[in-house]
Amino acid sequence: MRFILRRLGFYLLAFWASITLNFLLPRFMPGDPVSRMFARSQDRMQPEQLEALRKLLGVDDRPIWEQYAGYLQNILTGQMGVSITRFPTPVTEVISSQIGWTLLLGGTALVIAAVVGNLLGILAAWRRGGAIDSALPPVLVFIGSFPYFWLAMGALYLFGVVLGWFPIRHAFTDGLEPAFTTEFIGDVAAHLVLPALTIVLVSIGGWMLGMRNTMIATNSEDYITMAEAKGLRPGRIMLRYAARNAMLPSVTSFGMGLGFVVGGALLTEVVFAYPGVGYQLLNAVQGLDYPLMQGLFLTITAAVLLANFLVDILYVRLDPRVRSN
Amino acid sequence: MTSVILQQPTETKAPRKTNRGFIHGLITNKKAMTGMAIMLVFIVLALAAPVLFPDDPSRITGMASLEPDSEHWLGTTAKGQDVLALTIHGARSSLLVGLTVGFASTFIGILVGLTSAYFGKFIDEALSLLTNVFLLLPGLPLLVILAAFLPPGLGTVILVLTVTGWAGSARVLRAQALSIRSKDFVAASVVSGERAGRIMFREILPNMASIVMGTLLACVIYGIGAQAGLEFLGLGDVSTVSWGNNLFWAGNEGALLTGSWWVFIPSGLCIALVAFALALINYAVDEVTNPRLRKIHKAATTERSAAQ
Repeated sequence: MRFILRRLGFYLLAFWASITLNFLLPRFMPGDPVSRMFARSQDRMQPEQLEALRKLLGVDDRPIWEQYAGYLQNILTGQMGVSITRFPTPVTEVISSQIGWTLLLGGTALVIAAVVGNLLGILAAWRRGGAIDSALPPVLVFIGSFPYFWLAMGALYLFGVVLGWFPIRHAFTDGLEPAFTTEFIGDVAAHLVLPALTIVLVSIGGWMLGMRNTMIATNSEDYITMAEAKGLRPGRIMLRYAARNAMLPSVTSFGMGLGFVVGGALLTEVVFAYPGVGYQLLNAVQGLDYPLMQGLFLTITAAVLLANFLVDILYVRLDPRVRSN
Repeated sequence: MTSVILQQPTETKAPRKTNRGFIHGLITNKKAMTGMAIMLVFIVLALAAPVLFPDDPSRITGMASLEPDSEHWLGTTAKGQDVLALTIHGARSSLLVGLTVGFASTFIGILVGLTSAYFGKFIDEALSLLTNVFLLLPGLPLLVILAAFLPPGLGTVILVLTVTGWAGSARVLRAQALSIRSKDFVAASVVSGERAGRIMFREILPNMASIVMGTLLACVIYGIGAQAGLEFLGLGDVSTVSWGNNLFWAGNEGALLTGSWWVFIPSGLCIALVAFALALINYAVDEVTNPRLRKIHKAATTERSAAQ
């Protein structure tokens, strides 16, 4: 319990740090992003909305600590202002309409990469020096050296443009009504293949090597020898005895991997014009939509921190050593 | 006390010996040589770019979207620029930014890691907390936000990448410094009244040279990749020629959709080759300095020869 509270405190602190960063950035940066943005959007804005935006971004005569208190209060009550590029939709509404797609893309890719990567790692360590162990790691390291978005571009060109197997942009075909029909779900799945594939390709090597290395250490434990001496089936020893105990670091990586996937999803989403938060973040940057930009950053950060916290709770459940402390 | 005094000379002699062995080990290591050869080719190309292509690489020199032929070895872009000139000139900015970011973030990592490990207690708690927060904040979105608020330019790119890149190296270096901090020869230096800065940089730092090198290589890889990502999103300095900007323009001008594969393949391949070469050197450094990896290798060969 103490462990959980300590971690919770840490995540709250990290979240506070990102809010503060968000607060300070527009106020202490050279140049004046605020006036640039005003110039672009002034004619469409109501005076009171303009006033709220001024306060949000720090064009405001109050002392700085007062601004800060007001800012914290706004964020914690979910008031992130109004989007400029999608005027007059509130930022929170824009984000909630898009976060689902990122969760779908990132979640699918993360789960596939983690499951397949860990399985490959288990097999590689079990047959050390075998075909999987000697051939796959260098190949995966080489693939991992390519820029994320470049692999995405390559996949888009090869499978989307040349071969035409998969659709090359958006999350579903334009004009299709979102509904729980087989047609729509199939369409979404087809649009998901290429973006998810590129994320899986880049991240699978890390999973595999991590699992392989822990598993090699586990394989030399006495209880493995004991299990072999008892005459258990090799498959059972591999999965229930060795892999089960080597899983723990992978659980930790899962939380860290999520941050990586969110970042990677950003680039992938841009290449495939996939309507998730990453794509929206870039649009917000290009449209000088600072409120939306900040809202998106906070949302992404909160999601990553929350996922890490959940992993910590899971960790306590899995590892009794943490509990006894 | 006598054991401490006896130990000191051997400890100070040891690094010199391993250093010679280290360089010898790297030269005889196949991975290291391959990696260094690839890097050398790119560095020479980058330095020779103004000689090979004296004109401005973004000048329009031919028809739009030409396939590779004898005049334009790698074809032309949708604007009619020579892709080969763009790629070779691009190496300059990409390598410069990658190396600068690598050195800067390793430097901050060393400072934070050593300070944290040497002073311990409250300072360690505070610095570790800061490091962990930076590690946890999602890197790329943070990059995007920072780049959006700062004025565009090469300096901004370097600054932003360093701010987001130092935490990983600080964590690794702190862990290593912490284990050296507990060694007897450090305690001896503390007792003999040496200044903190001297102990940190003259006693502890030389003993973690290999891990510093590994961190540096990883940071350079990060710098090159992240710069490319940032520029691909159009958040770099769009007017400079670099691999990331080449890819940005390739995407912007629809090279993929028109099937001009020769526009986007070279720059991406270069980034991958450089990252791969640096990774190879990194593995080689690991193999040379980590006796455990060497022993496994030796044991495996003796096992095999015994079996024959």
